[in-house]
Amino acid sequence: MPAELAGGLAYWLRRLGGGVTGAIAQLGYVARFLLAVLWHTPAAFRRIQLTLREIYFSGVLSLVIILMSGLFVGMVLSLQGYETLKRYGADEQLGILVALALVRELGPVIAGLLFASRAGSAITAEIGLMKTTEQLAAMEMMAVNPVARVVAPRFWGGVISMPLLAALFSGFGIFGGYVVGVRLIGIDAGAFWGQMQAGVDFWPDVTNGIIKSVVFGIAVSLIAVFEGFDAKPTAEGVAGATTRTVVISSLAILALDFVMTVFMFRGAASA
Amino acid sequence: MSPTAKPPAPRASSGIATWRAEPETAAVQLTDVTFGYDARPVLKGITMTIPRGKIVAIMGGSGCGKTTILRLIGGQLRPQSGEIRVGGLSVPDLDPDALYDLRRKYGMLFQFGALFTDMSVFENIAFPMREHTDLPEELIRDLVLMKLHAVGLRGAAQLMPSELSGGMARRVALARAIALDPMLVMYDEPFAGLDPISLGVVGQLIRRLNDALSITSVLVTHDVYESLKIVDFLYFVSEGRIVASGTPEDVRASHDPFVRQFVDGAPDGPVPFHYPASSYRDELFADAG
Repeated sequence: MPAELAGGLAYWLRRLGGGVTGAIAQLGYVARFLLAVLWHTPAAFRRIQLTLREIYFSGVLSLVIILMSGLFVGMVLSLQGYETLKRYGADEQLGILVALALVRELGPVIAGLLFASRAGSAITAEIGLMKTTEQLAAMEMMAVNPVARVVAPRFWGGVISMPLLAALFSGFGIFGGYVVGVRLIGIDAGAFWGQMQAGVDFWPDVTNGIIKSVVFGIAVSLIAVFEGFDAKPTAEGVAGATTRTVVISSLAILALDFVMTVFMFRGAASA
Repeated sequence: MSPTAKPPAPRASSGIATWRAEPETAAVQLTDVTFGYDARPVLKGITMTIPRGKIVAIMGGSGCGKTTILRLIGGQLRPQSGEIRVGGLSVPDLDPDALYDLRRKYGMLFQFGALFTDMSVFENIAFPMREHTDLPEELIRDLVLMKLHAVGLRGAAQLMPSELSGGMARRVALARAIALDPMLVMYDEPFAGLDPISLGVVGQLIRRLNDALSITSVLVTHDVYESLKIVDFLYFVSEGRIVASGTPEDVRASHDPFVRQFVDGAPDGPVPFHYPASSYRDELFADAG
């Protein structure tokens, strides 16, 4: 029996070790892939229309879902915030609550999650299908580097789009909060905007939100292009890669948000 | 047997032979090439010569390593041992820049065309020209139309790949493969999935373009009848080895069991119908006894 126990323990230790080394190897592979993307970035930027096209596909085509989501999140936030603030007689602080929640937190995070679902999955599926149908191999055989021609423009298209989408999400969210708080509930418009103006600082509130959205943009875009490029060239492979993009991106956004918020609050507290 | 033997003419053979060609007349030379994925060997000592200006077919059943040979010639894979020379250059030893320079002299037709689905037919053919030349747009337009005319699809220039039939897509891919007037064109299963008319059209195009442009063609296929009409020499690959070779006349007259099975389409022979397995009886009655 002790021998069986030792054998079982050894088996699980081997699996654990294999999992850890596999994860480290995968991280190394992703890092090398990122370096390749950065290396080929000047070549990609020389034909800026490729990146502009990707900004259109990742950014402009995501506008509807981002703006509508921002509007509704702001409206709900305003309703919920009003109910809570009213208990403490601070309902005129609604503007600052809506703005800070959106600019610092909800704007970058929800826009990031939506971006991963809408644009990230599309990028992965497109690159994965290009691999499956041998379009990437055809490019290689034509002496055209697919990382420079396909991957780098999509990566930078995502990185540039994401902060803009997060800003628009926050802007429409604040507008939604205004509609519910001022137009429906009847809070004074001057108090709503005045409190917001006095309570929200460009540094650190807005800049922290921008930093978060840039980091999320890099994370989601990297995960999306990597999963597409690394996908098995089969229908199941592309489907799995697309799913992984959404799942890993969402988890990465939430984990990175926590880590960055810890550092940002610590910085604010020590100041 | 030696690729350096004289004279530079195909040697008839019922067994394993290779093209007799001087090294300087060989566009592609593979010498004792081995390759495998992990522990699974795919190629086990392949030696073959592909002379300049000729069409050579590499034939064999599915999964025998035919496409792997093309990928090795293209430098997408590296052999575990052996030598691969294209135009005198050792492909596995080239650095990435030199490899890309060499690939500019290649054209490749993929099994299903591999056309860029977000570009029109015109843009697909203009793609390599725009990537590798500084030609003015008017000249690119004229060249694209000439390439399309050569494959009979000038009228389809503005169509998208999704609007093309399988045969048309293959012809567009062929026009793209010759866009930069390559020295070597590789065809990966050019006849797969085509109707009889498209089959004949694509086959004749390969022959005509090869002769008109003085290029060298390597054809990976398992379509015996269509290949015998257009190629100059054939290699038969099975289980990672060349098991037979010869001119189309040799192949038609061959009594080699593998060649006969392949040409006649016999379900059983040197290439067994059944995948290796334990005894049928033992497996069926495993629970009975």
